[in-house]
Amino acid sequence: MAQPSKTPVVFAPWEDETQKPIIQFKNVTKRFGNFTAIDNLSLDIFEREFFALLGPSGCGKTTIMRMLAGFETATEGTILLGGKDISPVPPNKRPVNMMFQSYALFPHLSVWDNIAFGLRRSSMPKDEIGARVDEMLRLTRMEKFAKRKPHQISGGQRQRVALARSLAKAPKLLLLDEPLGALDKKLRHDTQFELMDIQEKTGTTFVIVTHDQEEAMTVASRVAVMDHGKLIQVATPAAIYETPNSVYVADFIGEVNLIEGNAKKAGGDKYEVSWAEGQAALRGSCPREIADGTRVTYAIRPEKVAISADKPKDAANAIQGTVHDIAYLGNISTYHVMLPTGQVIKAQESNTRRLANRHFTWEDKVWLSFTDTAGVILTE
Amino acid sequence: MRRFSWFNATSLTLGFTFLYLPMLILIVYSFNGGRNVAIWAGFSTKWYGELFRDKAFLDAAWVTLRVGLMSSTLATILGTMAAYVIVRGGRFKGRTVMSGMLYAPIVMPEVITGLSLLLLFIAIGLDRGLVTIVLAHTTFTMCFVSVVVSSRLVTFDQSLEEAALDLGCTPWDAFKSVTLPIIAPAVISGWLLAFTLSLDDLVLASFVSGPSSTTLPIKIFSAVRLGVSPKINALSTIMIAIVAFGVITASLINKRSVTKRLRDEQEAAAS
Repeated sequence: MAQPSKTPVVFAPWEDETQKPIIQFKNVTKRFGNFTAIDNLSLDIFEREFFALLGPSGCGKTTIMRMLAGFETATEGTILLGGKDISPVPPNKRPVNMMFQSYALFPHLSVWDNIAFGLRRSSMPKDEIGARVDEMLRLTRMEKFAKRKPHQISGGQRQRVALARSLAKAPKLLLLDEPLGALDKKLRHDTQFELMDIQEKTGTTFVIVTHDQEEAMTVASRVAVMDHGKLIQVATPAAIYETPNSVYVADFIGEVNLIEGNAKKAGGDKYEVSWAEGQAALRGSCPREIADGTRVTYAIRPEKVAISADKPKDAANAIQGTVHDIAYLGNISTYHVMLPTGQVIKAQESNTRRLANRHFTWEDKVWLSFTDTAGVILTE
Repeated sequence: MRRFSWFNATSLTLGFTFLYLPMLILIVYSFNGGRNVAIWAGFSTKWYGELFRDKAFLDAAWVTLRVGLMSSTLATILGTMAAYVIVRGGRFKGRTVMSGMLYAPIVMPEVITGLSLLLLFIAIGLDRGLVTIVLAHTTFTMCFVSVVVSSRLVTFDQSLEEAALDLGCTPWDAFKSVTLPIIAPAVISGWLLAFTLSLDDLVLASFVSGPSSTTLPIKIFSAVRLGVSPKINALSTIMIAIVAFGVITASLINKRSVTKRLRDEQEAAAS
């Protein structure tokens, strides 16, 4: 299809100051007794976003979701939905629907009746309910199973019914609590793309809670990484991966090599990190100003580290070590290279050649190299 | 399969004989043609006929039935409400004490419950009769209903209720259209239990019944003191039949729902 506009439209309402967020958390704190689940959190989520809350269990992500659904109330601060404070609104009056982790399908009702459940409690006329349910069944490809009871269908089908039921009332906001947790890996991957499709088709704002970083990266327009009731970083998946703002985020998302050292300015946003006696300083960049001598962490992703037998000529960073371990994963291999300091650095190579032609093996002396833009310098 | 052994067969026979021989004798002698309960004088159903012509027994049976229906229904409503609050009410102050107190009447000696209820009814000036028996039986059977219903509620996924609220139900609507249908088997078996307990209660009823309202157990007990009549045998046989029917029906309903679910799940897995 031909787009009338010349510049490609990038969906990034969070960068547009004229956009009004659909959800606003303003200094929200939630305490259960002495335990602080959410700690002075402020967050904006925009319309049509697919927003992921990511973090280890107990970080407060589910509490955020339950506060949006109306099952918990904030101890301090306000939550606005479409500009209105929603704290006095009970769950049954909110234009918000939730897909539960356990799916929570009503076992005594058929698939059809499960999907119609919410519509029957709205002001929708009876004949329109039937059409809407059928539409939802089509959307989730469950037409054939309309008459079955929840225990007569498979886990993946249950997940789709739960999605259909929560979308049936066309909520302004759909909350998904670990929606794919109970599915096996292959099904989970397929369903992730299905979810994105459905989100685009319906134009609903989705907020998903997950502890699976890969899932968050795949589906979300923005990811919020949480820890101990605080937001650590809120950014696009690419930004979270390539420019994490802290060691916590770098370590939580994907694999990373972390090397501690002292920073020294090297012109522009470039810095040199001296990390061990007798080793050349590592060159990298940091968007923030760092004072000379600050203790920093140099973070470099394994796939950005090249491995070679001879020292590369013009690499910004090169370190020698010995191959300590090789993890063969089929499409890629991860080499664990031990440095003279005893530290192990991971380097990932795509296996474009067959195994028999591989260059390196255990105990080989190798050179690791990477550019000065590949690594990030983290101060936190 | 384990091999059939004489030891097993003997223990089984002894156990069942111990449990059921007295009842079997009672049932057999209810069909005795003679007046003497200990001497067999040929098969006859005449004592059943006599029984149905005895107005005092019929009145007592009618009272018992009404008391049973009313008290078990009342106990089911109250017991279900209590179980719901204890299991679902969250952490409110005094919850542990309250849930303990709810189940205490189960182990309380019935004589004490009966006496205290009698004192209460006298204190508030309630005449002893049908109403007082219903109230006493409700008090006593409610905790049994609570135990049965709360054990079902504990295993019940709370997110189902939250899902109902989320989809636009008021809390009452969520209870009515989601919780109640799911816990219904437990509520029904609680009701059956309460009904059976009310049917054969003697102690409480003898404390709080009045002259106008004699229940069947009281009637049987007082009749036996004047000498065992074959009519009592006939009556007892009918009661055994009713109770056995109730228990077997309840367990069949329960078993069928379980096997049906298992079969459905297997079919779902196979498809």
